[in-house]
Amino acid sequence: MVISKVRIEDFALSRGDRLLFQGFNLELRAGRATALRGRNGAGKTSLLRAVAGLIRPRAGLVTFEGSDGLIEAEEARAAGLHLMGHQDGLKPGRLAREEFAFQARWCGGDEAGIARATLALDLGRIGELEVRKLSAGQRRRLALGRLIAAPRSLWLLDEPFAPLDADHRARFGALMSEHLAAGGLILAAVHDPLPIEADSVEIEP
Amino acid sequence: MITFLANPQRFMDLSRWLAPSLGVLAVVLACVGLGMGLNAPPDYQQGATVLIMFVHVPAAWLGMFAYACLAGSAFFGLVFRHSLADAAARAAAPLGAGFALLALVTGSLWGRPMWGAWWVWDARLTSELILFLFYVGYLALQAAIDDEAKADRAASILALVGAVNLPIVHYSVVWWNSLHQGESIFVKGGPLLSAVYLWPLALMALAYTFGFGALWLTRIRAEVWRRRAGALAVQAAR
Amino acid sequence: MSALITLLRRELALAWGKGGGPLVALAFYTSVATLLPLAAGAAPQRLAAVAPGSAWLALALSSLLSLERLFERDYEDGALDLLSLGPLPLEAVSAVKCLAQWISTGLPLAALTPIAAIALGADPRLIPLTLAAALLGGLGFSFVGGIGAALSLGSRRGGVLVAVIVLPLFAPPVIFGAGAIEALADGLNWTPGFLFLGGYCLAAMALGPFAMAAACRNALS
Repeated sequence: MVISKVRIEDFALSRGDRLLFQGFNLELRAGRATALRGRNGAGKTSLLRAVAGLIRPRAGLVTFEGSDGLIEAEEARAAGLHLMGHQDGLKPGRLAREEFAFQARWCGGDEAGIARATLALDLGRIGELEVRKLSAGQRRRLALGRLIAAPRSLWLLDEPFAPLDADHRARFGALMSEHLAAGGLILAAVHDPLPIEADSVEIEP
Repeated sequence: MITFLANPQRFMDLSRWLAPSLGVLAVVLACVGLGMGLNAPPDYQQGATVLIMFVHVPAAWLGMFAYACLAGSAFFGLVFRHSLADAAARAAAPLGAGFALLALVTGSLWGRPMWGAWWVWDARLTSELILFLFYVGYLALQAAIDDEAKADRAASILALVGAVNLPIVHYSVVWWNSLHQGESIFVKGGPLLSAVYLWPLALMALAYTFGFGALWLTRIRAEVWRRRAGALAVQAAR
Repeated sequence: MSALITLLRRELALAWGKGGGPLVALAFYTSVATLLPLAAGAAPQRLAAVAPGSAWLALALSSLLSLERLFERDYEDGALDLLSLGPLPLEAVSAVKCLAQWISTGLPLAALTPIAAIALGADPRLIPLTLAAALLGGLGFSFVGGIGAALSLGSRRGGVLVAVIVLPLFAPPVIFGAGAIEALADGLNWTPGFLFLGGYCLAAMALGPFAMAAACRNALS
């Protein structure tokens, strides 16, 4: 399924009793990346999780549109987006390639996709290591692998570059450009500028 | 009626006079019921201790009735996400637990002179004990989760799971009891009880129910105020 | 279907991986079964009378052990997020997790139960029924226990809280399973108890996942 547009309308989010923000509007279109900015605690992570359907908004709506019109939110979330949070869900005692293979397959990737991602993110060298032996940067690359191995339209990224070095940052930037060129959408919460051209939107209370 | 009451302001207005009225009714009925009970002739077998029945049996019924109220509130809270329903569930649980505990203690006191044992594993008491444990689990879960909204939802799910399980638990305990003994030792309220006991028992049951209603409404009001105060405090801190 | 198999294989690999897998639960079971005669006195008749029931109770308690890990790890390291955004609904994910737990821990425990019962003095002709009941009951314990594990996600005092929530829910399968075995021991009809146990476990497998999924969604929000 291909998502070509995501509309976030009049969004209000609260965590516990605290109202984070309200009246937030954003439109994401195919081929465009958007950088989400705001202070720490402003609600960037919560917004990404809310678009992914994990958090219920206080108010507002997220609609997903494809080539044939509106897509059911449940469907879009199950098969149309990737959420990359701060945590990667990799199990420490398992081999890197096993964990990567599971995550990729779970998201719908196949052998070809896994091979492609292994090449693109330089995962071959770390494959036989146990996850707990990996550095933060290596773990992040491993987790990002499923974005390449299992193509899905919408990428929701929460500070994806934090542990990556400049070289890998640039390489991932190139992968992001490829994704956009193929009609993908990106919403990334970042503190620093993205390595690619992007719209910018700020979350204010 | 539910939708009528669902408006918090309307609920607060209604409960402001309803709660004390129910309370007064409860006290009056309890006095009348206990008076009738005390004036009734002592049972030839159990003597005066049968009067504990007037405290124990309604407590046992209310323990179950309160759980039904808890489960009902939990259901509304889960499905409609209404904070008043969550408040109602939160308010009902300690009351129900209290009634269940009262039933257990008075059941034990009733049993002592009759069978010489402080506790018997008969079907009714064992069911009541497990019901009490359901309450304890609910309260423990609610207390253990810091985020209030999440705690309410988790506890509500547990309340519904418990509600589904309670009939099964009751049936299994009765079955278990029948494996080892004859019928239940407790004489249930019903045709077996003479009318002389039936009336005070019914009055006490009604008194307990109204008492529960009064206490529940009062606790819901307190819960509503607590939440409002909390929200105001958060607001003021900005 | 393939997603189900993928997840099942992974859950099994995780369960059998580092950390001893079922060995911890088996060791716990053995310890409980050992403490029983130490507590109750080694008089053969007294032990034999409670042997089937005690073995059954130890099974219930041991099933509690691995429950904490069922959802908690995934919740803490972000894997639960991923699992909820995949091809299977959370209900199916929960069911697969409980099933994997039963296969990795419940089956070994079920194998141990008749042995413990015999060691405590039960009649050897009780073995087939004890084994069958332990297999079936283990499923029920896994699924009901899973509800407790999911509900206590994100709470303080994880392990004990799960026990407090779950043990009263264990009352029916404990009653039915032990009742069936004791009925056989007394020469009575064991089928009602066994059928009730089966019914309970089927109901737990059918309804439990819904409660677990609701609890997981609540914890993730």
